[in-house]
Amino acid sequence: MSPTILLLLALGLGLAGWLAARARAWTLRRESADGRLSSLPTYHAWYVALWIVLPVLAFVVLWSAIAPGLISQAVLSSPAAADLPAFGFQRQTILNEARAVATGAAPAVFNPQARDLVEPFRDALSYYNTIGIVVTLLIAFLAGTWAFLRLKPDFAARTRVERIVMAILLAASLVAILTTIGILASLIFETVRFFGMVSPIDFLFGTHWGPDPMANPDNPDASRYGAIPLFWGTLFIGAIIAMIVAIPLGLMSAIYLTQYANPKVRSWVKPALEILAGVPTVVYGYFAALTIAPAIRDLAIDLGASNPSSESALAAGLVMGVMIIPFVSSMADDSIAAVPQSMRDGSLAMGATTNETIRRVLVPAALPGIVAGVMLAISRAIGETMIVVMAASTAANLSGNPLESMTTVTVQIVAMLTGEGSFDHPATLSAFALGFVLFMVTLGLNFVALRVVKRYREAYE
Amino acid sequence: MTVVHENLEATDAKMSARDVSVFYGDKKAIDEVSIEIPTKYVTAFIGPSGCGKSTFLRTLNRMNDTIPSARVEGEITLDGEDIYRSKMDVVQLRARVGMVFQKPNPFPKSIYENIAYGPKIHGLAEGKDELDAIVERSLKRAGLWEEVKDRLQDSGTALSGGQQQRLCIARAIAVDPEVILMDEPCSALDPIATAKIEELIAELNGRYAIVIVTHSMQQAARVSQRTAFFHLGKMVEYGRTSDIFTNPLEQRTQDYITGRYG
Repeated sequence: MSPTILLLLALGLGLAGWLAARARAWTLRRESADGRLSSLPTYHAWYVALWIVLPVLAFVVLWSAIAPGLISQAVLSSPAAADLPAFGFQRQTILNEARAVATGAAPAVFNPQARDLVEPFRDALSYYNTIGIVVTLLIAFLAGTWAFLRLKPDFAARTRVERIVMAILLAASLVAILTTIGILASLIFETVRFFGMVSPIDFLFGTHWGPDPMANPDNPDASRYGAIPLFWGTLFIGAIIAMIVAIPLGLMSAIYLTQYANPKVRSWVKPALEILAGVPTVVYGYFAALTIAPAIRDLAIDLGASNPSSESALAAGLVMGVMIIPFVSSMADDSIAAVPQSMRDGSLAMGATTNETIRRVLVPAALPGIVAGVMLAISRAIGETMIVVMAASTAANLSGNPLESMTTVTVQIVAMLTGEGSFDHPATLSAFALGFVLFMVTLGLNFVALRVVKRYREAYE
Repeated sequence: MTVVHENLEATDAKMSARDVSVFYGDKKAIDEVSIEIPTKYVTAFIGPSGCGKSTFLRTLNRMNDTIPSARVEGEITLDGEDIYRSKMDVVQLRARVGMVFQKPNPFPKSIYENIAYGPKIHGLAEGKDELDAIVERSLKRAGLWEEVKDRLQDSGTALSGGQQQRLCIARAIAVDPEVILMDEPCSALDPIATAKIEELIAELNGRYAIVIVTHSMQQAARVSQRTAFFHLGKMVEYGRTSDIFTNPLEQRTQDYITGRYG
């Protein structure tokens, strides 16, 4: 509640500063000798407004980080808190309850100890809220006044505002990068913890996967943490079966769309294909589990297999391949379309047919882009979870038979994290090690793909 | 209408066009052009930008087919056969009438593969040795052999602009065409590379019927024996190159040659 008020306050003060500064700039302009300012009045206004809003925002962020701590400290030092349980779950529950009542989120307390704490909580809340508002006003006033006093006819407000805007844009782009680094750091941290319990050799090269979340966490059975069956399942479903479907179909549809389709057909088929990319993967999962998997099992029975699994790598891989088609197709489409018309003319003028031209000139020339598209598609496929959960089961299985059930890295991450095991159990932590491996592989694939695309772009001016 | 000089000696016509008009949609780009392309000579098409000379050149091997809105009327024959008749095999036609483009457009393949492309798709060579021989002969005729014989496996796009254009000429020669169409082959090249291409055209003259579209009147004067002047989609004047440049019969030709416009 209080950060929202502070934010609204900041914006209101900013608006006031904006209006005041603009009025001031107009006055300066009227009074100046040649009736000109070095910057437009709006720039002066923005300069003051930004100087009010940005420091206040910084304070609000800081304040909302430290205020809850200060408040609970104040509550705990009150006499009513003396007979709380020393630590742990119960103590936290009581505090949360009191807090909920004090802020008006809950009508009444259940625990009598909490009732005594409501009053101290209320006092602390209003005390620190007042401090927050006062400091906000103070900062806004000081920064605003400082900025306002700098306004002069020859003050380069435009340059300053442009510089601040650039800094804001830079900060926005850093958020994504910093988030990635943060994710990676947390993954690495947990992965190192996991490797402290199970050796990386056993994990990366072991061939049996079956962590037991109920086993003694202090002495894990390393032979149950061999991830090879998961890596194999991921590769087999995502990079082999799915690509056997997606590469030819995606490539052929791209060739049809760029070379044969007339504009009217293209304007229908291309968006329709792109809709495929927007279908939620859960929906593909239904399709794989309810339609494709039973059909494949029936087929296996017809072919003479005894007792085939109703969940199969083939079903998941086929549907995943269909899901990936738009990725391959649109990358291939772009790169074929980027081959200069002069190549096509050159080949046709040699007496080549359209088909020969596509096979011998256009596709080879577009190959780097196509390869990059395939790599991005693979990295998308091996990160896919839902289809595999629904159609290929969670049983790890090191097998080359596409009709058997199989599981992938992503599915096991979900399985390990959603179990009943405690958080510092190696079975749970193994999810982070799996995630780390997956992250590195997809990062590597994307990196290579981008490099390939970059090199290929240089080929034609 | 077209003024054709009367002092032209009779020659075998390799290709001839009668009343050829080309439309892009409703727009008429070429208006009833009639011309005979002699077997033994270099024929130059000159004229200001947009006069239709390139469009007309592209009708001679049906490259306009690749533009959906283009439509050709009239009759164009190669050795007396109508190339726009329905039974005509465009693949065969283009093997007999080769083309070199304005901007060098080697395929992003090796030098060897660039030359071998045509012979392979037309099945002209029976084995590796025969293919090697065709590649060597074509590169020699294009005057490129000495420069590239040690790096036939290098990419064709790594050559200089002038070398790329000679590679494209070698590529066209490799399928042993009867006619070679050149669409401003030197407009993207520097003067030295241009001089080499012009030398090459002089050497190829007599072996192939050559039609060259050019912006440069000096180039037309240097390389050709016949010149046709195009203006606004019409062929204005056609005759011996020396006559067109020294003694034009039409005022518009005179104006263009003396640099009055274009």
